[in-house]
Amino acid sequence: MSHATTEDTATTGTAPEKSVAPKKKAALSEGKRAERKLGWLLCAPAALTMIAVTGWPILYSLLLSMQRFDLKFPDRTEWIWFDNYVTVLSNPYWWNAVWVTVLLTVVTVAVELVLGMALALIMHRALVGRGIVRTTTLIPYGIVTVVAAFSWRFAWTPGTGYLAEALGGEPVLTEKIPALLVVGLAEIWKTTPFMALLLMAGLALVPDDLLKAAAMDGASGWQRFIKITVPIMKPAILVALLFRTLDAFRIFDNLFVLTAGSQGTSSVSMLTYNNLIKGLNLGIGSTMSVLIFIMVAVIAFVFIKLFGTAAPGSDDGGKR
Amino acid sequence: MAEIVLDKVSKRYPDGALAVQEVNLEIADGEFIILVGPSGCGKSTTLNMIAGLEDITEGELRIGGQRVNEKAPKDRDIAMVFQSYALYPHMTVKENMAFPLRLAKVDNATVERKVSEAAEILDLTQHLERKPSNLSGGQRQRVAMGRAIVRNPKAFLMDEPLSNLDAKLRVQMRTSVSRLQKQLGTTTVYVTHDQTEAMTLGDRVVVMRGGVVQQIGAPQFLYEHPANLFVAGFIGSPSMNFVPATLENGSLRSVLGDCTLTDRVRQLVEGADAPREVIMGIRPEHFEDAALVDAAVLAAGGKFTSQVDVLESMGSDKYAYFNLTGEQAASAELQELAADAGSDDVPGDGISLVTRLSSASGAVEGASADIWFDADKVQLFDPSSGRNLTYTER
Repeated sequence: MSHATTEDTATTGTAPEKSVAPKKKAALSEGKRAERKLGWLLCAPAALTMIAVTGWPILYSLLLSMQRFDLKFPDRTEWIWFDNYVTVLSNPYWWNAVWVTVLLTVVTVAVELVLGMALALIMHRALVGRGIVRTTTLIPYGIVTVVAAFSWRFAWTPGTGYLAEALGGEPVLTEKIPALLVVGLAEIWKTTPFMALLLMAGLALVPDDLLKAAAMDGASGWQRFIKITVPIMKPAILVALLFRTLDAFRIFDNLFVLTAGSQGTSSVSMLTYNNLIKGLNLGIGSTMSVLIFIMVAVIAFVFIKLFGTAAPGSDDGGKR
Repeated sequence: MAEIVLDKVSKRYPDGALAVQEVNLEIADGEFIILVGPSGCGKSTTLNMIAGLEDITEGELRIGGQRVNEKAPKDRDIAMVFQSYALYPHMTVKENMAFPLRLAKVDNATVERKVSEAAEILDLTQHLERKPSNLSGGQRQRVAMGRAIVRNPKAFLMDEPLSNLDAKLRVQMRTSVSRLQKQLGTTTVYVTHDQTEAMTLGDRVVVMRGGVVQQIGAPQFLYEHPANLFVAGFIGSPSMNFVPATLENGSLRSVLGDCTLTDRVRQLVEGADAPREVIMGIRPEHFEDAALVDAAVLAAGGKFTSQVDVLESMGSDKYAYFNLTGEQAASAELQELAADAGSDDVPGDGISLVTRLSSASGAVEGASADIWFDADKVQLFDPSSGRNLTYTER
């Protein structure tokens, strides 16, 4: 959407009068109604599938979260409403996991944004060997996370790993802060290329003429980047951040392989897995899933609310 | 404000393509100069080299007496207006216009004053708080001009600034650009492919073709004294008619009948060492309905009779189109001009001729008409080199 607007601003000379045409709610004609009906019919299969594979599991988790439901004590199952929530939210392990998750998310996404932007700029500007640069950049993203995590684990294991040797044989994965640093590093290494790809798509939205105009207006390279490139690609940056934040918040595989959640390095997903699958406590586990779902929804809501107010060149420009 | 000097400036791309070849041009302080030519002639590249957006391969560029080849665009103190306007979509009109001043760290009060002055001149005052996406094409164009004039640069560079406007607005903006330039007195280099803009706007016009400057001069001079076939065909609308002709003892033989060269033309042709086979060029206004020409004048020209193909009455005068049988004038220049105008693939053989007759003419479409042309206004060109054999400095 923002692409179309920028393009419009930059190249065409059409008057924007059309956009302020009075909106009238006229009664739908016969043809329009038939079209709508067809539209609904065409979406129906997809919508039904979505309800079956996502709607129902969410609802089922909600139901489970309001019961005492431990497969080790199946005959003690009963409705306890929000007691599970009280249990989880008053538990220090849960809060530790929340802080670990938030910390990992914020730090890794921030670092990925900076590195990803740098890579995107390099890929965007690369005059020679563009293909090679892009391919090599993408390699980490192409490797299965668990495989990559195992290679990180071996690398950091004293006695077998070159990274551990390089640091003097310290078992870094056995202490909370060093272990989290290693996990963060593995995450960053793995997903920066994805960030770079999303940002590169955003860079392509910035018309060359604007950068030339800014150069003529007296802007240095850095000023052009900060004052022109970044504001124009802001929607792309926000989308990349949203994707990565939601993804990072659910961090599981790297943690599972590297520390298995020991030394207080559990993320919320890790803790949920331990309760739900390992502990067979469906009630508590589902409660945690629901809480994760709510937190992710809040993140998404905040981001999308942000888009609405920040999309450059959007119609609200003149009204505010 | 400053003069701009291009001293044998050339541009060669890394792949070896020569985009601009040894352009020599001295632009005086306050002059309005137009670079014109078909697409790919190197006019935009030349402009970008002046701007600093493209490197100069060879030669020297001086602005205000200083060599600026190695200077970044931001250090050259020149402003540019782009064809796409290149307005910053995330800034209001005011912020757009203030942008160069903010970058130059001008204090707030001065920024306010300069922006409102520019807005006043360009009639943008009531739009200052709007975003570019909410403006019409003409308003956007004016904002782009405003951004250029706020900081009193040494020169304006304009890259086809009116091409994205519709025809009527373009004519209107053309006059205001001209007025603005006179008012500010800033050196301006203006690139266009539209010969009408070139004719109406510039103090001087530079016609380019294939990276080479063909001729530099005042618009009227180029119109009356084109240095070669290309300039003759490019300048003027409708364009000059070209007919193959043969020079024979002081007379000119062609499908337009025989005519005796006037003394002036004969001297020029002899001085230019002309070949026997030439291309004769006549502008449409140098034709007239033979019935309206005095007998005395009639003898000083050529005359032919042909069927009027199409007749367009403009009120003040009439355009009569003819299609004469015979070989078309052939030369590389003419082919390139036809390709640029998009008429190279229009079917039809024979020579098509455009004449402008006075409104009193009795010519009728489909009927035969006697047409006279002024032999003293005939221009003769060498078909192989395209050189104008009748070229004079005056």
